Amino acid sequence: MRAVPARRTRRHKRRRLAADAALLVVAAAFAVPLLWLLLASLDSEADLRVRVPGSATLDNFSAVLTPDITYTPMLNSLLLCGSSTLLTVVCAALAAYPLSRHRSRLARPYLLTVLFTTCLPITAVMVPVYGLFVRVDLVDTTYGTALFLATSQLPFAIWLMKNFMDGVPLALEEAAWTDGASMPQTLVRVVLPLMGPGVAVVTIYTFIMLWGNFFVPFMLLLTPDKLPASVSILTFFGNHGSVVYGELAAFSILYSTPVLLLYVLIARRLGGGFAAAGGVKG
Amino acid sequence: MSPAPSAPATTGLRRARAVRWLPIAPATLLLLLFLAGPIGYCGYLAFTDMRLTGSATVDFVGFANFRRAFADPAFRNAVVLTLVFTVLSALLGQNTLGLALAALMRRASRPVRTVTGALVITAWVLPEIVAAFLLYAFFRREGTLNALLDQLHLPTQNWLFTLPILAVSFANVWRGTAFSMLIYSAALAEIPRDVEEAAEVDGASGARRFWHITLPMIRRSIGTNLMLNTLQTLSVFGLIWAMTRGGPGNRSQTLPVYMYDQAFLKSLIGYGTAVALLLLLVGSLFSVVYLRLLKVEV
Repeated sequence: MRAVPARRTRRHKRRRLAADAALLVVAAAFAVPLLWLLLASLDSEADLRVRVPGSATLDNFSAVLTPDITYTPMLNSLLLCGSSTLLTVVCAALAAYPLSRHRSRLARPYLLTVLFTTCLPITAVMVPVYGLFVRVDLVDTTYGTALFLATSQLPFAIWLMKNFMDGVPLALEEAAWTDGASMPQTLVRVVLPLMGPGVAVVTIYTFIMLWGNFFVPFMLLLTPDKLPASVSILTFFGNHGSVVYGELAAFSILYSTPVLLLYVLIARRLGGGFAAAGGVKG
Repeated sequence: MSPAPSAPATTGLRRARAVRWLPIAPATLLLLLFLAGPIGYCGYLAFTDMRLTGSATVDFVGFANFRRAFADPAFRNAVVLTLVFTVLSALLGQNTLGLALAALMRRASRPVRTVTGALVITAWVLPEIVAAFLLYAFFRREGTLNALLDQLHLPTQNWLFTLPILAVSFANVWRGTAFSMLIYSAALAEIPRDVEEAAEVDGASGARRFWHITLPMIRRSIGTNLMLNTLQTLSVFGLIWAMTRGGPGNRSQTLPVYMYDQAFLKSLIGYGTAVALLLLLVGSLFSVVYLRLLKVEV
């Protein structure tokens, strides 16, 4: 080795400092909008720029914590996203089972089609979906919207679920079959418990994606009482002319907290490669 | 789903195999009804003059919607803006910044790495509409960006009015970079240390090592990431709509916003669907290239 150890460590140190400085600049750029959200929510006279409130107050939170502004939309979100997540996860688990366990000439084309669908811009599908929903009278129904939301997440959920299921060894299932367990029993009692963390990841990820979805409920739901938080947030801008930014910030925090917490729950398992799990891992 | 044709399968075996594949039915049904169905319907509607209001009859108009689109300056404007938005925010922004962050993080100290990662990922996990609203506040005339520029005695301007497409592109970078950062962190972590160390001992500079060794080794991830960024950016609607409504005028009206405007605000469902179909075709093209690129093993 040609480099003198002492010089190398010094060079390493310098490099580390440079990297730290560069990252902190980027971090600051990412932090400013978030900082505004936190400070404005505590400021009774919040405007659009970042500033430390004269005296921190929770008034904004108590102002938005009413049935009309927060409870109903959040409950709607929970109902909409909860039911579609459940549907997605159940359908994905069922579909992944034969895809992971049995051979067939159609399995590969099926999975490729599913992966292909994952990539399609869902935004583009919304116009014909709206047209179809008008035809079959599903517009402005929570269950119709939930069905479409569930379908929109299904391709990626199937893909993830299949990848997780491939990691469960066959031996234990064969033992269960020998004991006379049926296919559904094996799936529910043996396979799914063994891939518990995987199922949790698919469930939470699906829920996070649906919770933040704006366009689908924006298009398919009309009645104010049925709107989830992602759409009801727009009423802050519409009705009164002047926007109470502090309350809007407080509401945004309340609306975002569940997904941030859920993400933290699965973050370690998502790791680096997860984002690309749809394709890269294959 | 069906037994091998050469096998003299008895009906019993056939049935057993069919039953084994039964669990796939609910998912397939949903996908057919709510995804394949609408896409097929899209293929039909795009050739009609369906409107939301007025006449009850729907006429088949052939390629009229498409001819009309290509002749419409507003459509061409939307195509150009979509291109600008995608190149600026996905290719240059998310992709490059994501790679830079991932590379820098390997050298940075642990606390800095943790803090930066947490901030970037928070921006990604936040609901789309909250992100849109935060960046709206940042770019508004009376917002934080101008306050900062003012402090530095730099000229301020009404960003959402003067450079709306730049503002929404920046917003998309703010929101989407975490994805690239995660992909590249994973890719860089898989490069064996000794390859880099050998080059370092041979006296290759940091930049040269990165260009000649690191980049070629993560070629595949770059391809994947560019493709996924492009596909996600192609369908961004809520972010732009909540920040600018495609305005002022149509200066930030990308294809999804144009489609929404035509189909719902102007009630031209047939025409809007034709635009949607074009968007789907572009997306499909990218997806096929992407699948080819990956040579997925299933």
